[in-house]
Amino acid sequence: MSELLEVKHLTKRFGDSSVLEDINITVKKGEVVVILGPSGCGKSTLLRCINALEDIQGGEILIDGENIVRSPKTSDIMSKVGMVFQSYDLFPHLNVIDNITLAPRKVQKRPKAEAEEEARELLKRVGLSGREKSLPRELSGGQKQRVAIVRALIMHPELLLFDEVTAALDPEMVREVLEVILDLAKQGRTMMIVTHEMQFAKAIADRVIMIDSGTIVEEAPPEQFFTAPASERAKQFLSTFTYENVR
Amino acid sequence: MWGIEVIFKGKNFLRLLGGLGTALEISATAVLISIPLGIILGVLMAGKNPVIKAILRVYLDFIRIMPQLVLLFLVFFGTTKAWGWDLSGEVSSVIVFSMWGAAEMSDLVRGSLAAIPKHQYESAQSLGFTPIQTKMYIIIPQTIRRLIPLSINLITRMIKTTSLVLMIGVVEVLKVSQQIIEANRMTAPDAAFGVYLFVFVLYFIACFIPSIFARKLEKKWS
Repeated sequence: MSELLEVKHLTKRFGDSSVLEDINITVKKGEVVVILGPSGCGKSTLLRCINALEDIQGGEILIDGENIVRSPKTSDIMSKVGMVFQSYDLFPHLNVIDNITLAPRKVQKRPKAEAEEEARELLKRVGLSGREKSLPRELSGGQKQRVAIVRALIMHPELLLFDEVTAALDPEMVREVLEVILDLAKQGRTMMIVTHEMQFAKAIADRVIMIDSGTIVEEAPPEQFFTAPASERAKQFLSTFTYENVR
Repeated sequence: MWGIEVIFKGKNFLRLLGGLGTALEISATAVLISIPLGIILGVLMAGKNPVIKAILRVYLDFIRIMPQLVLLFLVFFGTTKAWGWDLSGEVSSVIVFSMWGAAEMSDLVRGSLAAIPKHQYESAQSLGFTPIQTKMYIIIPQTIRRLIPLSINLITRMIKTTSLVLMIGVVEVLKVSQQIIEANRMTAPDAAFGVYLFVFVLYFIACFIPSIFARKLEKKWS
């Protein structure tokens, strides 16, 4: 397997406060990497850096060996990365099918009929056939998030980034979204997932990376991370999800 | 009864409609000038240049603080005293209403642009849209949807406020009614009630039609 993403010595600061410090990560094609960590540890910022939504103060981010920051073809490289956000961020003035097909039509200049056909197939796959003409405000949170996933998928990204995609959802809608992501993992897609759903992380991850205060504190396969974490910080973090020591 | 019969005496009915026509003409001209101008100023106010933003902020606050009547006097009488300009009442009114409309419109545009969540820009960027495409397909359509009901509301406020221009000698609907009431003082002393009631109906119709339109659009898009 070849390396799809290489993050080398990444440093990100907001003003004087350092958010990410000397982060090194490689992600191979087909790998699913789950990023865990307490709120405000920098995990969302890391995804945003990889998606070029944040400028970085040090280090490099390479996708397929190309630097996303310094390359003159940043937008070409960025088309290899798709991102799904916590707050879905569908375009409120467009219906489902237009939300999905606007980017392939305008950015990739694909014919409308072809883009709509693929959109319909993808919608079927996430269980939303028949909602093509609905407006975002007519959908539930879980449905909106599935549309947002389709909107990212139709661009054929090689790397998918999920930033706490279930954090804003009601509990009963979390599952329908996570199942879509599990299905994507089965298809062999390369993904980086920031989540607070520990059971989901355990089920989907090929590798778990834990970040705290802007640095990687542990990197391990899920079996090892969840049963026998090496670092004290990881043990402490995992114990916040069980209630045994509260009794 | 109530002097309503006075309205239909002679050419009075047509004169009143003509007066309303003058009022609508002034507001329509001011709308045509102030909306495009307001959009340009609003985009600048939402921009990054702090000097331009500060100047526009001062302009907006100045226009807002000044009562429209004072602005009308300032332009109609003030410019004559200061620079010897001989502006007609109509032209002065159009100038004042355009300045006022542009200021209010710019604030509506600034507010509508600011109300678009940052995430709309980010998800567009992450899908590969260029900044120009993002504005064309995502930001502007959403801004227009927010703006149309708001600007119709501004237009009805302008129509209503034209009732002030009689103070600088423009013969609009209210001035015409005063003339009619004066002329019929002896024969129909109670004409004031009937004539002003009719003026009320005219203003109501002129403002109600755009209001319904605005409400429909709002329902469709909210």
